[in-house]
Amino acid sequence: MEKESYLIKQVSLFSENKPGRLATMAKAFLDEGINIKAFSIAEADGFGVIRVLVDKTREAYDKLAELGFNVAYTDVIAVIMRDEPGGLYEIAQTLANASINIEYSYAYSGKDKAVLILRVDHVEEAIEHILNAGFNLVRQQEFL
Amino acid sequence: MRYWDKAIETIQPEELEKLQVKRLQETIKRACHVPFYQHRLQEAGISADDITKTSDIKNLPFTKKQDLREGYPFGFFAVPLKEIVRIHTTSGTTGKPTVVGYTKGDLDNWSDLIARNLTMIGLSDDDIFQNMVNYGMFTGGLGFHYGAEKAGLTTIPSATGNTKRQIEMIHDFCVTAIHCTPSYALHLAEVAEELQIPLDSLKTGIFGAEPWSDQMRTELEEKLRVTAFDSYGMSELYGPGVAFECPEHNGLHIWHDSFLVEIIDPATGEPLGPNERGELVITPLTKEAMPLLRYRTGDITMLLDDVCPCGRGRKIARFTGRSDDMLVIRGINVFPSQIEHVLLSIPEVAGSYMVYVDRVNHMDEMIIEVEINRQFFSGELADLKTIRERIQRALRDVLELRTNVRLVEPGSLPRFEGKAKRVIDRREKM
Ligand SMILES: [Zn+2]
Repeated sequence: MEKESYLIKQVSLFSENKPGRLATMAKAFLDEGINIKAFSIAEADGFGVIRVLVDKTREAYDKLAELGFNVAYTDVIAVIMRDEPGGLYEIAQTLANASINIEYSYAYSGKDKAVLILRVDHVEEAIEHILNAGFNLVRQQEFL
Repeated sequence: MRYWDKAIETIQPEELEKLQVKRLQETIKRACHVPFYQHRLQEAGISADDITKTSDIKNLPFTKKQDLREGYPFGFFAVPLKEIVRIHTTSGTTGKPTVVGYTKGDLDNWSDLIARNLTMIGLSDDDIFQNMVNYGMFTGGLGFHYGAEKAGLTTIPSATGNTKRQIEMIHDFCVTAIHCTPSYALHLAEVAEELQIPLDSLKTGIFGAEPWSDQMRTELEEKLRVTAFDSYGMSELYGPGVAFECPEHNGLHIWHDSFLVEIIDPATGEPLGPNERGELVITPLTKEAMPLLRYRTGDITMLLDDVCPCGRGRKIARFTGRSDDMLVIRGINVFPSQIEHVLLSIPEVAGSYMVYVDRVNHMDEMIIEVEINRQFFSGELADLKTIRERIQRALRDVLELRTNVRLVEPGSLPRFEGKAKRVIDRREKM
């Protein structure tokens, strides 16, 4: 269906908080010529999850798994945000009105646009409400 | 059911009592050649002639591991060195090792016990047996080796190390039975899977030298497709072969013709009855080079009351831990086996774990590092937190202690080829 085309595969890695884990991941991406579009680190007591959006998702997943990382795909969506005051507010309010919970989010601001990456509880509804509200979603292939 | 020595393995209680009394008297006489026992027996005012029934043993003094250490090197030998044909040592965590010696007769008795055990679990000259334990000073290597040869098994002294080579031998030689530590067996299974070498010929796994839980049994049996048997022994009592599981898998047969068994309260030394858990105290009845009286093993078990369908004598329960392995955390007794039991019952936990004990601001803190099972990583931090909380809650329910569980990446914890050392007590000794 149409909505599925807006799902973006984020690569999530389980990582202990110890020196060198991020560097190991980054080096692997360098070696494979993988470009990181956005990433964030979520941390709990002594361990965390590194989340990355890259241009070559499958290669990234395979390489990390080969290096022994515990890796998983996670579906997220990426909304284009107005790069000015209120940009985040509009999107957050749209989802709040629809009672959709944001589990986590992170953002990047590029040359031509700012993008908000969202992990939500009801992804299809979220896509529908976001599109209806007139926002644009980025598709996976646009990351290439 | 096959027996190695049917008469002795199925000996009836009255006859056993007579044999034990006779052998106990002989043992006391032999012990009198050791100055330590001479003094102790004199102090207690007891001699071999005072023993008329096995329960008289309660009048004899205990022997502790520390006593043996103080006799270093040959202080506990009851025969001239001329008659001693083998020496093994056991490494202590501190100081000098304990030295044990064997006469020709001892080696013969010992290999006989191993042959009994191997026959009991159905092994014979049709089997090919790979002995994957240390062949040096550790008694598990040579002990099993000579017993297996005696029982007619085709014996491969593969010892430890080079896991890939071990796997190739199992495969190429169609090995049917292995002996190793349970943690090494799990490592072996993992490597065999990685190498994609099937180990289809295996049917029997003998696991000893460290306590292992019933969950571990399930895991070992599934991964290696063997029937797992628990083996118990210690160098001071010859080595392995003291007690062994029979095919009923419901406790371990201990060889009462060779070992007089008592279970005591480790704190008071008072004897405990059947089905009461306490410290195993053993008086070996046939040892020549190094007789011991009431040796405190430090291992926790109990005598089982039930009669085994296999026809052999009374069993002891599988070991849940050593009394000297026991940790006291904030005043609460914790056996590492309890921790293992909890962790292995949680599917999200992979096989390996480590326990660290620290003292922070005069409070004991227990940190448990747990490898999570790869397949359970959803990509969500929240799910990891839930797993962590579940583990902590399960541990708290069993140990009655708050622990600090740390999830670590799969494959990051040490794998042990010898005796697993999963508990590190970092508290300063008082
Ligand atoms: Zn039995």
